[in-house]
Amino acid sequence: MTQSLDRLKESPSQTAGPYVHIGLTPNFCGIGGVIPSDLGTSMVNERTRGERIGLKIRVLDGTGTPLKDALVEIWQADADGLYNSPAELRGTADPDFVGWGRCPSDMETGLCVFETIKPGCVPFGDGRLMAPHISLWIVARGINIGLHTRLFFADEAKANAQDPILARIEHRVRVPTLIAERKGDAYVFDVHLQGDKETVFFDS
Amino acid sequence: MPMTADLGSNRAPETGAFFQRDRTWHPPALTPDYKTSVLRSPQKALLSFDNTLSEITGPVFGHAMLGALDNDLIHNFARPGESAIGERIIVYGRVLDERRRGVPGVLLEFWQANAGGRYRHKKDGYLAALDPNFGGCGRTITGEDGGYAFRTVKPGPYPWPNGPNDWRPSHIHFSVFGRGFAQRLITQMYFEGDPLIWHCPIVRGIPDKAAIKTLIAALDMQATVPMDARAYKFDIVLRGRRSSLFENRLEGN
Repeated sequence: MTQSLDRLKESPSQTAGPYVHIGLTPNFCGIGGVIPSDLGTSMVNERTRGERIGLKIRVLDGTGTPLKDALVEIWQADADGLYNSPAELRGTADPDFVGWGRCPSDMETGLCVFETIKPGCVPFGDGRLMAPHISLWIVARGINIGLHTRLFFADEAKANAQDPILARIEHRVRVPTLIAERKGDAYVFDVHLQGDKETVFFDS
Repeated sequence: MPMTADLGSNRAPETGAFFQRDRTWHPPALTPDYKTSVLRSPQKALLSFDNTLSEITGPVFGHAMLGALDNDLIHNFARPGESAIGERIIVYGRVLDERRRGVPGVLLEFWQANAGGRYRHKKDGYLAALDPNFGGCGRTITGEDGGYAFRTVKPGPYPWPNGPNDWRPSHIHFSVFGRGFAQRLITQMYFEGDPLIWHCPIVRGIPDKAAIKTLIAALDMQATVPMDARAYKFDIVLRGRRSSLFENRLEGN
């Protein structure tokens, strides 16, 4: 026998189920008066620094059908590449930018729309810069454990080519699954849960 | 959004990476007996890498954003002077990390069916009646020791279209927002003694029975309010943080 490490195990995940809106976006699904407004619906104000961008995100199942009951959360650095978080020790992030957003899929189109800013570059563990990116966390009925991935920007080709995370993707044909294309006033990003275009999901 | 970096804590911010996730302890993406997972489960290997700042960091939710009834589902949707129908219960516990430390400042959001097993949602067509005084959602933020509590009614079990006769055990959904984005977790709390737990295809997606047991809240008669409400204790564990003492520092640290 040895000494015990005396640790606990993380609580096992369970699906968010079909009624995730009730808990996370009650006003969106018609439960008014409990909380004043749904969290994460507004990310920028008039003082927020940085280039305004829109994100149009869809989550598609193995048949290519958009999920209409998913919920996407995003987390990103400010325009200078600083996170608005106690664990950010490199400086003080823009006080007018929390950097976190939450959006349920539209019940008709499956679209999740965010109005945010283009993030700056954040360093990797060894000090190299990562390409501008937005972290995504996706939950829905049928998803047993929330899915993590990142959104990169097609117009940052040079930074993307040097990104330490993108560089770790063995099958280069899968790199484009993480790159959002600019269409009109927004970046469009389809998350494919399965199939030839399956998005690279993270275990980090 | 009312958020603040001030948690009222004297602790130094924790900046270490999180313990790697033991994915054998969680349900796998594909659990065919839970049919919706079949077309919604990634099939390719996940890309593994150590946490970067993007995973270590996360937003802060301040207690100031909470309303007085946010943690009282019996009253937060009820008409003045009225209350939700059902077995009155208190759910309490702590949010801990894998190193057994309480995690303060964790945003907990919970949602559930009413006492008859019906959700207030346009996609729920179950026969059981809606309760006009029950919305089914609430939230709180953990205190300095990671503790939390809320009041609600015990949700009813309900049938769902999966197998020809599948019933969900009574459960409360929990969304847990820890200190880092990599700690993000959604899970469900079940109730001690519910025989439906062991029949449920969603529960049984968790491979290890010992893991399932950690999601079953214990009846705690010592925490009941006599002549008012029974109590159930439900602790939640988030990924632990590595000590950053021996880690290579990022430039500028």
